[in-house]
Amino acid sequence: MLFTSYSFIAFLAVVILLYYVFPKKARWTLLLVASCAFYAFADYRYLFFIAVTALSAYFAALRLERLNNTQKEYIGKNKDILSSEEKKRYKEEIKKKKWRLLLLCLFLNLGILSVTKYTNFVIANINHFLSDASKLSPVDLIIPMGISFYTFQTLSYVIDVYRAKTSAQHNFFRLFLFVSFFPQLVQGPISRYGDLSETLYEGHSFSAHSFSMGLMRVLWGYFKKVVIADRIITGVTSLIGSPEQYKGVYVFIATMFYAFELYCDFTGGIDITIGIAEMMGIKVAENFNLPYFSKNIKEYWNRWHITMGTWFTDYIFYPISVCGPMLKLSKWSRQHLGQNIGKRVTVYLSSLAVWLATGIWHGAAWNFIVWGLMNYVVIMASQEMEPLYARFHKRFNVSGKPLYEVFQIIRTVLLMSFIRMFDCYRDVPLTFRMVGTVFTTFNFSAFTDGSLLKIGLTGADYIVLLAGFVIVLSVSLVKVKVGNVREYVYENSNVLFYVLAALLLIMTVVFGAYGVGYDSAQFIYNQF
Amino acid sequence: MKELLNILLELHPDVDFESCDTLVDDKILDSFDIITIISEINDRFDVVIPAEEIVPKNFNSAEALFSLIERLENE
Repeated sequence: MLFTSYSFIAFLAVVILLYYVFPKKARWTLLLVASCAFYAFADYRYLFFIAVTALSAYFAALRLERLNNTQKEYIGKNKDILSSEEKKRYKEEIKKKKWRLLLLCLFLNLGILSVTKYTNFVIANINHFLSDASKLSPVDLIIPMGISFYTFQTLSYVIDVYRAKTSAQHNFFRLFLFVSFFPQLVQGPISRYGDLSETLYEGHSFSAHSFSMGLMRVLWGYFKKVVIADRIITGVTSLIGSPEQYKGVYVFIATMFYAFELYCDFTGGIDITIGIAEMMGIKVAENFNLPYFSKNIKEYWNRWHITMGTWFTDYIFYPISVCGPMLKLSKWSRQHLGQNIGKRVTVYLSSLAVWLATGIWHGAAWNFIVWGLMNYVVIMASQEMEPLYARFHKRFNVSGKPLYEVFQIIRTVLLMSFIRMFDCYRDVPLTFRMVGTVFTTFNFSAFTDGSLLKIGLTGADYIVLLAGFVIVLSVSLVKVKVGNVREYVYENSNVLFYVLAALLLIMTVVFGAYGVGYDSAQFIYNQF
Repeated sequence: MKELLNILLELHPDVDFESCDTLVDDKILDSFDIITIISEINDRFDVVIPAEEIVPKNFNSAEALFSLIERLENE
């Protein structure tokens, strides 16, 4: 059931209506039933996988919490009797038990994720080394929808209980709702239990304000997805589908089109998710903060897919950086390589692990692994060049100057967009070759010879896309000025707010990419 | 506290760690420094700073960092 399908809209209308009809205390149970129905509608077998994940997290978290409490009680009771050495030994013992349990839970869930998602990738790679006669056949496996998202979300819950950062949920069905909450099941955001649980289980009274805000956000999401992303995808597919025909300027156009498509697709999907939750008074974490206004790639990654970035920082980067062997390596490298180089070694290694994991998380293909590594190289290089930039900014007094900031923004967008082309072309060498043609093939006639009207986009499509671009850019610029655009409009004029909502709805219905030749596409991030 | 100040001054001799309380917010300490500090604390204080404690409020000042060390020692 795609977010953009009529069946989903009907499903959503029923769920929201029933949500406010149900007694407050039982509303979360309705959400659980709706989430299971939504998932089963995609494929009833998916329920088995998500239930295993939820069950394993439920039992692991309960046991972890018991161990946390046992330690707290024992140390509390015997604080005057135990020496610090004895306390330390006791804590080590408990930590070992907790660690074994956590490892088991991680192994099971990451195991399910790896087997379902990566088996055929491994087989394909093994086959490179085998003769034709002994090649392995690909396996027909179910890949549960949104598995990367719900696995990471669930593991963050278990790790947070392990760290005693959050309490365990004692009601399995409530935990199952956290794992399977339908608006965010398809493509995130990757919520933290401590945040989402604050509003997920409580039955909220109907609030016209909250409902209107949510609805506006849903409409804005649909506008970006259906009018822009689902329209421009035709052009992107044509341009990248025939690499021999479309080189040079065409690759540049494909790069820009894909940057726009992915932005509208992913942020549109997240707007729909957050908006749906808001209509029911539930607060879901923000996942974007105007990423295309970033002045460098590090800032970009703090503004794009925020919940994934913080997940990797909190659960991979820091744990690896401060684990025993890494601290020893840190000390050794500072002693032997000098303070300046030595202190970089562990951070470089941990960051490499993060970006490899980010690449693999995005998909079972070398393209994604290379994409992750490219990000790693660019981030590390820009970090190393920071003193140089600082000197340049000081020397030419450009820091904070609007024109220079625009240059920084364009540079970041171009850099990120070219790296992202690894998503598009069928393999890594082809991507390098095609991006290379941008700098070697100057076929500017592409803009005038009418060939851009032969990639599945008509003149009318270009006008709609241009108008869509202007609207998205204008809203983004207003956001920079006022923060929450919806609240700003609502506070200034209720009438204008509803007129804009109606306009968004009309534009989405009239200009949405439907009909012959169009097929509302699955969200790009759904495949991750 | 003196030992901790030594660790910090070895990294940035020009910073007034006794008064500065925006070490992370003002990007005086970067991720390289933070991991180095954790490694040194582990070594000299025999205190392990777990990943979940690596948050700006614990590293923004020498005082906050020292409180963290004391808390972890007493836990």
